[in-house]
Amino acid sequence: MEIKRMAMAGTLESSDVQITIEPGNGTIAVQIDSIVLNQYGRQIKAVVLRTLEDMGVTSANVTVVDKGALDCTIRARAECAVYRASEFEEQIPWGGVAR
Amino acid sequence: MINAVGRNIPDELLTNGREVFQGNNYRDGQIYTKPGPTVKAQIKPQESKLVESIREAIRLCGVKDGMTVSFHHHFRDGDYVANLVMQEIADLGIKDITIAASSMGAAHDPIGKMIEDGVVTGLQTSGIRGKMGEAVSNGKLKTPCILRSHGGRVRAIEQGEVHIDVAFIGAPTADEYGNARGKGGKSDCGVLSYAMIDAKYADKVVVITDCLVPFPNFPPSIQAVDVDYVVVVEEIGNPQKIASKAARITQDPRELMMAKECARIMAATPYFKDGFSFQTGVGGASLAVNRFIEPLMRERGIRMRWGIGGISAPMVELLEKGLIDCLVDAQDFDIDSVNSVHKNQTHYEISTSQYCNPMNKGAFVNKLDFVVLAALEIDTGFNVNVVTGSDGLLMGAPGGHPDASAGAKCSIIVTPLVRGRIPTVCERIVTVTTPGESIDVLVTDYGIAVNPRRQDLIDHMSAAGIELTTIEALKDKAYSMVGVPDDIVFHDRVVAIMEARDGTILDVVRQIKNYEV
Repeated sequence: MEIKRMAMAGTLESSDVQITIEPGNGTIAVQIDSIVLNQYGRQIKAVVLRTLEDMGVTSANVTVVDKGALDCTIRARAECAVYRASEFEEQIPWGGVAR
Repeated sequence: MINAVGRNIPDELLTNGREVFQGNNYRDGQIYTKPGPTVKAQIKPQESKLVESIREAIRLCGVKDGMTVSFHHHFRDGDYVANLVMQEIADLGIKDITIAASSMGAAHDPIGKMIEDGVVTGLQTSGIRGKMGEAVSNGKLKTPCILRSHGGRVRAIEQGEVHIDVAFIGAPTADEYGNARGKGGKSDCGVLSYAMIDAKYADKVVVITDCLVPFPNFPPSIQAVDVDYVVVVEEIGNPQKIASKAARITQDPRELMMAKECARIMAATPYFKDGFSFQTGVGGASLAVNRFIEPLMRERGIRMRWGIGGISAPMVELLEKGLIDCLVDAQDFDIDSVNSVHKNQTHYEISTSQYCNPMNKGAFVNKLDFVVLAALEIDTGFNVNVVTGSDGLLMGAPGGHPDASAGAKCSIIVTPLVRGRIPTVCERIVTVTTPGESIDVLVTDYGIAVNPRRQDLIDHMSAAGIELTTIEALKDKAYSMVGVPDDIVFHDRVVAIMEARDGTILDVVRQIKNYEV
């Protein structure tokens, strides 16, 4: 999937995560800010990368602002941000492609 | 050397007779001699001990580089005294000061800067939070901070491990001769329990008040015979933050459910009988336990002989309903408890030594039946952390937690299984503040686990039909929800020493390391 524009998903509420995706330079760059960075930073990054890979995204700049979200939430927010950034607006296979 | 709670204590800390923690009762029966302060006789009749300013008192006390000064924390987040005194000390160019406080908190952010500037190079306290916590966690304090429980602090003073050169005691009321009380005035905090020990063991004692009353201010918490100087200032604290409005009993159904379980557990033990004793923390669920024991007490027709602690409104309510004979009080957490210690004849002020010093001839906590407390983290050995966040930053206080749980016949920890993404029950907690041998029962929103050391309690609960799980199962449940956390990485440098009640080393806190993904 091609990232065509900047898009965002999620909020800054406790236990949520806000993920912003922008067009990249041919690679995936992830920047993470999290209240649980010391304990879960590695896992947050892995979940984001895995989601992008599953969706066929190969070029993107990703910014993650995490407020203690669980993996399922991170995955859902990343997926939504990718769809929005790809201008993929109809018949979204929610929970399908990324699984 | 590995200690009794499995923590590796660096050998270089084990000098001058310092030992690693070897179990709660390791030093039982130890014989020691208490040190005395060096004092100046005041034979010549003198009308007043009033001096014009804090600076003048500092000068008269001869405060100089390298000295140890002390403060109490009865004014909690409303305290102005420590900042006022430390600012004068900094302005006078004095440095290398060790602060030996009963606790420090959010009110003391300005002292964080003094740590960075070298005005403060030693710190001994129970609580450490905010900017001070950040400064210490980042290795800015020259010597390792020493963290003690409330009882451990009294012990350290009475065993001469801390010598206080000058005690600065904020007092809601005082007379010109230094008789000081926690009661009255505009900064009413009820009691002055933490400061009593300082007044007896410090070389110089300065009472700082914002309400001078006629001599004699009786009965005093701090006696004039121990006081060198009295200073009157504009304000010693912010009354709103000293005695806050009573916290409302939680409406959170999860906390209420856990509180109800705690009460059921208490009622299932043989200690829940006429004349029992009880302490509760001020967390949402712990506080709500008071509400749930009331119907059980009425049902069985029993009364509580004494309640202890940090006192707050729910305990006062039970006293005033006639369900408790007396309250023994080492700190007041809200307006209701402050008012109660004024008006209720069987609500007594006690010293922190009476409350929980492990090495006097027997403190109140030794006779305690139940205590209900919270935890930031608890591991599968029932060891509890209440001082460092799960990210390794100093942000809490052992307070009376290690003392009350060591003394009580049945100590209950009540905590949600996870907070946001952080598992409360985990494999390895950041810092051990209370050893697992002190903890008997863990109540979470996903089940109850009893320490396997207490087969007797397991039997009583099974007999009462209380369903139990294991702490390992609770940990697995937590990890299945939030994932297994990575171990926190630290620098090698020790920034704080967590002392056990008896002065042995329970754990160390290391300098925080920036984590890179």
